[in-house]
Amino acid sequence: MSLFTTIRDKLLNVAQGVGEMLALLCETVYYFKEAPRNLASIFRQMSIIGIGTLPIAMLVALFVGMVLSVQTGSELANYGSQEAIGAIVGISMVKELGPVMTSLLVAGRIGSAMAAEVGAMQVYEEIDALKTLEINPVRYLAMPRLIACLFSVPALVAFATVVGILGGGIVADINPQIDVPFSVYYDNMVRALSYKEIFKGLLKAMIFGGIIAHVGCYVGFKTSGGARGIGESTTRSVVLSFLLIMVANYLLTRIMM
Amino acid sequence: MNPLGSFWAKLAHGFAPTIIEGDICQLGYEGSEGVRIQIENLNKSFGDNHVLKDINLTIEPGETFSIIGPSGTGKSLLLKHIVKLETADSGQILINGHDVAETGKINANRNFRYSMVFQSSALFNSLSVGENVGLWLREKQICGEVRIRRIIREKLRLVGLAGKEALLTSELSGGMKKRVAIARSLAMNPDLILYDEPTAELDPVTSDELARVIMSLKEKVNLTTIIVSHDLNFALYLSDRVAMIHDGEIIAVGTPQEIKKSQNPIVRNFIYTTTKGIKGEED
Repeated sequence: MSLFTTIRDKLLNVAQGVGEMLALLCETVYYFKEAPRNLASIFRQMSIIGIGTLPIAMLVALFVGMVLSVQTGSELANYGSQEAIGAIVGISMVKELGPVMTSLLVAGRIGSAMAAEVGAMQVYEEIDALKTLEINPVRYLAMPRLIACLFSVPALVAFATVVGILGGGIVADINPQIDVPFSVYYDNMVRALSYKEIFKGLLKAMIFGGIIAHVGCYVGFKTSGGARGIGESTTRSVVLSFLLIMVANYLLTRIMM
Repeated sequence: MNPLGSFWAKLAHGFAPTIIEGDICQLGYEGSEGVRIQIENLNKSFGDNHVLKDINLTIEPGETFSIIGPSGTGKSLLLKHIVKLETADSGQILINGHDVAETGKINANRNFRYSMVFQSSALFNSLSVGENVGLWLREKQICGEVRIRRIIREKLRLVGLAGKEALLTSELSGGMKKRVAIARSLAMNPDLILYDEPTAELDPVTSDELARVIMSLKEKVNLTTIIVSHDLNFALYLSDRVAMIHDGEIIAVGTPQEIKKSQNPIVRNFIYTTTKGIKGEED
């Protein structure tokens, strides 16, 4: 096979994948109208995504906030401007670290589980069974997961951001190198943050949540080849989610500037 | 029911009033009609592999029809075409005169229902036995919850699993899973039921139990049944007529007696290899 044929086939595969993903997204969004009678399923997914991920998301955010504070605060202290640490940690957590870090965590923990679950259903004929029962698999499986992620990920990000900021504040207060009282840290942070910035962070989180659910379901629906195929789908969903979150993060940051 | 339980039940059904209260049901349970199936010149290929070659078959209403043959000859693929899980390259399948490949008004107005029992049973692991059986009824919101529970009990009793509603599918044996899958299919009150390798992965005793369940259904419900199997004894025991498929082609159709007496060398070889008995005792 020539290099040209290989490149052509790869490009065709990518174009086909993008087309299929867009078609699935349109179908999933179309079934949003069926959400009221799928509330139980949506709440179940929200519980898995939100409550299940909350402890680890908060723990990670706490340490990220602490590390950010200790590293940046020490540097700022060299120039005597350590009081700005509240604003720096606040803006970093709200605009970037909170949404991106939490979304990557959810993609690794929940997106892969979604791909594995839907993939197993595909491999073990459960999706075919749904079709013969005249139940649309996109409405039954993808729609509740997408809606749940759209709401759960911003909620998780909000909690994680607060915990991260608190962690940063505690370190700034107790670390003798930085030595910024919590009240000063808090005042600086509040002055630097606006509702608009918070809204932008949560909007990013919502879009990242949508990416995670959509990729998990798409990869799940495309699974074939038994246990090995399920394993490959799990990996593929994580890689694709990470990639799309990073690309979307750049584009959203650029648009929202 | 306590207020919290009642709220959760309503939430679980999306606050749809028809599904919560009463004993009403828009679905007739007076009995199935059975359907006539005509398969005409059906062809299917995957790349260069021509899997189904000019398949022609007619299955009469209320008939139990088996399709036998070795693994990998296209039996399950043929079933998937009937339930629209696959699309033919050419040819058509008519159920009561409706082309199954057609979408839109004609298909929406069809007067029959079909369901399929999959080789792997394909039960939903996140649901209990009762929830699996009642899934279609709840999703379609055509019966009151009281009626749904009664239908679930009735269908489970029909397959010999009375009182097992609360069990999880992971707690079931292979034979029980098959029977739950049959009950789930019966909850649709289908006119056509298709079984894909129903005895696969089952021991002979469980296979025999399953055969008795299918036989008893045949007596109680007048539905058209299609069984795909490589288990010759099972197919001959249950069927009114049997077709043998070999290398994507139908090579013999007839009653079980006719198939047993067939002079076709491929049919004779299939019968010989599946019923040859103990080494040294053959005539």
